[in-house]
Amino acid sequence: MSKFTEDDLKKELETKEYEYGFYTDIESDTFPIGLNEDVVRAISKKKNEPQWMTDWRVDAFRIWSEMEEPEWANVNYTKPDFQAISYYSAPKKADPNKSLDDVDPELLATFEKLGISLDEQKKLSGVAVDVVVDSVSVATTFKKTLNEKGIIFCSISEAIQEHPELVKKYIGSIVPKTDNFYAALNSAVFTDGSFCYIPKGVRCPMELSTYFRINQGGTGQFERTLLVADKGSYVSYLEGCTAPSRDENQLHAAVVELIALDDAEIKYSTVQNWFPGNKEGKGGVFNFVTKRGLCETNAKISWTQVETGSAVTWKYPSCILKGANSVGEFYSIAVTNNFQQADTGTKMIHLGKNSKSTIISKGISAGKSQNSYRGLVQISPRAENARNFSQCDSLLMGNECGAHTFPYIEAKNKTAIIEHEATTSKIGEDQIFYCNQRGIDTEKAIALIVNGFSKEVLNKLPMEFAVEAQKLLEISLEGSVG
Amino acid sequence: MELKEKLVSSFLAFEANVDTGNPIHDIRIEALKSFEAYGFPTKKLEAWKYTSLNSIIKNDFSIFPKKEVALEFRDVKKYFISDLDSYKIVFIDGVYSSHLSETTHDKIDVCLMSSALSQNRFKPVIDVYYNTVVKEDGMTALNTAFAKEGAYIYIPKNTAADKPIQIIHFSTGVDGAAMLQPRNLIVCEDNSEVTIIERHQNLSEKKVFTNSVTEMYAGNNAHIDYYKIQNDTDTSSLVDNTFTEQHNNSVCSVHTFAFGGEITRNNLNFYQKGQGIDSILNGVTILEGKTHVDHNTLVEHQEPNCESHQDYKGIFDEKSTGVFNGKIIVDQEAQKTNAFQSNNNILLSDKATVNSKPQLEIFADDVKCSHGCTIGQLDESALFYMRSRGIAIKEAKALLMYAFANNVLESVKIPQLKTRINKIIADKLGVNIGFDL
Repeated sequence: MSKFTEDDLKKELETKEYEYGFYTDIESDTFPIGLNEDVVRAISKKKNEPQWMTDWRVDAFRIWSEMEEPEWANVNYTKPDFQAISYYSAPKKADPNKSLDDVDPELLATFEKLGISLDEQKKLSGVAVDVVVDSVSVATTFKKTLNEKGIIFCSISEAIQEHPELVKKYIGSIVPKTDNFYAALNSAVFTDGSFCYIPKGVRCPMELSTYFRINQGGTGQFERTLLVADKGSYVSYLEGCTAPSRDENQLHAAVVELIALDDAEIKYSTVQNWFPGNKEGKGGVFNFVTKRGLCETNAKISWTQVETGSAVTWKYPSCILKGANSVGEFYSIAVTNNFQQADTGTKMIHLGKNSKSTIISKGISAGKSQNSYRGLVQISPRAENARNFSQCDSLLMGNECGAHTFPYIEAKNKTAIIEHEATTSKIGEDQIFYCNQRGIDTEKAIALIVNGFSKEVLNKLPMEFAVEAQKLLEISLEGSVG
Repeated sequence: MELKEKLVSSFLAFEANVDTGNPIHDIRIEALKSFEAYGFPTKKLEAWKYTSLNSIIKNDFSIFPKKEVALEFRDVKKYFISDLDSYKIVFIDGVYSSHLSETTHDKIDVCLMSSALSQNRFKPVIDVYYNTVVKEDGMTALNTAFAKEGAYIYIPKNTAADKPIQIIHFSTGVDGAAMLQPRNLIVCEDNSEVTIIERHQNLSEKKVFTNSVTEMYAGNNAHIDYYKIQNDTDTSSLVDNTFTEQHNNSVCSVHTFAFGGEITRNNLNFYQKGQGIDSILNGVTILEGKTHVDHNTLVEHQEPNCESHQDYKGIFDEKSTGVFNGKIIVDQEAQKTNAFQSNNNILLSDKATVNSKPQLEIFADDVKCSHGCTIGQLDESALFYMRSRGIAIKEAKALLMYAFANNVLESVKIPQLKTRINKIIADKLGVNIGFDL
């Protein structure tokens, strides 16, 4: 390549279509659009849920109906019409008891296109996958291996049927129904999601993984993840999301609850590349997610996320550091391009003594996108010797995008040590010149610099994901750097 | 009666005393309407998340001074920087005291807002600048509605003020709890220079609530140095709204020394409307007791090649609360902007609180912007080092605090003022470290 100018790069990026934008023609069992108490009851009935769960959902629906949609985030979008969404869409042939071999071959082909062939994963990567397509879990792999260790890893609907005592105890304990508008909505209408329980002292031998994908048009995805790590256990959990291209905006309002009991450790990694809308900013997914984890004594929760998709992202994976010596970590790369908007960050609530938190957030904005970091570090009066380190760096590419930082730091204890720093800059001409001078062309130089910029976070991803994440960064950013 | 209703209903009486033929009259009426709509800010507003005025506005304040009080210079000398040759504009309970003041119309205008608003020869300046820099919210609208007195400073082209100007507001408590609403206008034309020191002082134990608005206009190459000393009694509250508009190559700095007051809220806003501008915002906050200081800053970079520097240091003891809410906006046109913001805090007590919210909103790509925020304690090993060399703990702590705040203290350009500030800090910490910084 002789001359690859900034304009060429931009052009290439703009014309780059969403690679995962295909639509699988699977017969779906879809509810008519609209939401009322009957729909909530119908979902519950459809899923054959016990009475307590139905009541819980209806209660959440009543709370939701009285709430107003929040407006404080630094994003602009047309509010979704909640009556124009179908709240249940299941691939028709889904049957909870079937084995992997029975899965609709067309669906399997979808996964293959996504590069997550179950077969392949099963054999090669040793990753157990709980696949959610349009809200209903289709196949769960490696169940047997996990069963031997006493690990429960299944869809949440299955868990409601088979482990009601665990679900009842923990669901809504970290993200209550009343928490916020979208959490309440999710509590009322969630159709599926994953449930995971790691027993005392067990170290989960493999990475657990869920792949979410929005398929049916006009459906919202409301999945619910509940992950409980009992005393002294360890689990690493991966979550990946893609959605086909669609013109209308699709709503994704998930809730993730993590519970790390004493001495437990949870590592939760997300790669999110929901359809971001096309280059005119049309379509794309609204990603309004509530993620929160609770750390008991000596427990550790680590959130790692690579966000490259969604038209509007609005999420704050948080840690409540309740126990003494608990640790919360947040590593994030958020990439926005074209008309994408992201308002993301974390909350670290220090309640326990000697609790520690680390926040590393890297924002990359290109095109006409807006990328915001919004975070809270709160040290309660009893959290002695609490320690926080936060670093938020933004990289701007092109002069039509924006990068914003809204950190909230609240300290109520004199022994707290908090450091926060943020920088915003573009890729320096001198850096590129330095590379050029040594025979590295501009495009490669930019890739090198972006990679270096995000390295701290990429390093935190499990191997299987790191490769994919790097690929995603390339897809989202290739050519947008000036 | 709620303070808001009281203010709204006394507006007519207030208007009756001022010249209704004046164009300012219309501005006042509009502003009152806005205030009625906005009301006092509440914690529901994002910008007021950490500061509530409820405890103040429930008091019954007298809105207009009824009795005039004369003060003798020797009684209040200690509140002046008396060894500094300066112009002085002094107000007692919001009323101008010609006895204590020293104004001028020689080359520059250092006088009263009331005369500037009523006399024809100031009309050209008032018409162009009055109420143009300020951005309207509940507090500023209220001030605009009731504004009639304050400092008026006009520095014409190619002129430097020959000496600094001290603006001092005394309150005597003779009318009981009082609400004051001073309004200052400072216009510096191209290539001019001025230094201003402002202080609010309550002489009684009565409650005082000051809602002050200062508009500053800096023309091309103008230099403004503004020092605010906030070391008031713990029955005094202050909402200070300062708005600065800067043009090409001008340099404006505002230094805020917040050492006391029940609730102090500083709304400090800089609008950069030219190139090559530098805005400097410095602050030292040292609090104890139940005092509360909220620094709310905004720097809006609208044109390329400008800089801004913010440096706020805070030391909080006992039950005090410190808030820093800094915002930097870099518009799309403002390429090559360098904007820096730093907020460092030390907590000395478990009951003290710091809330910090340093924000960046950046729409241009070729910029260097950064902010840093830290909260921590005095270094135990440094204290031990000094104590092992015979320095008492109180002095050792004070030394560390001086060192911590030194960056900002160093930036004070008037030696007499620097000495004064060091003395205030030494008194506060109850030490005599025996050297000047």
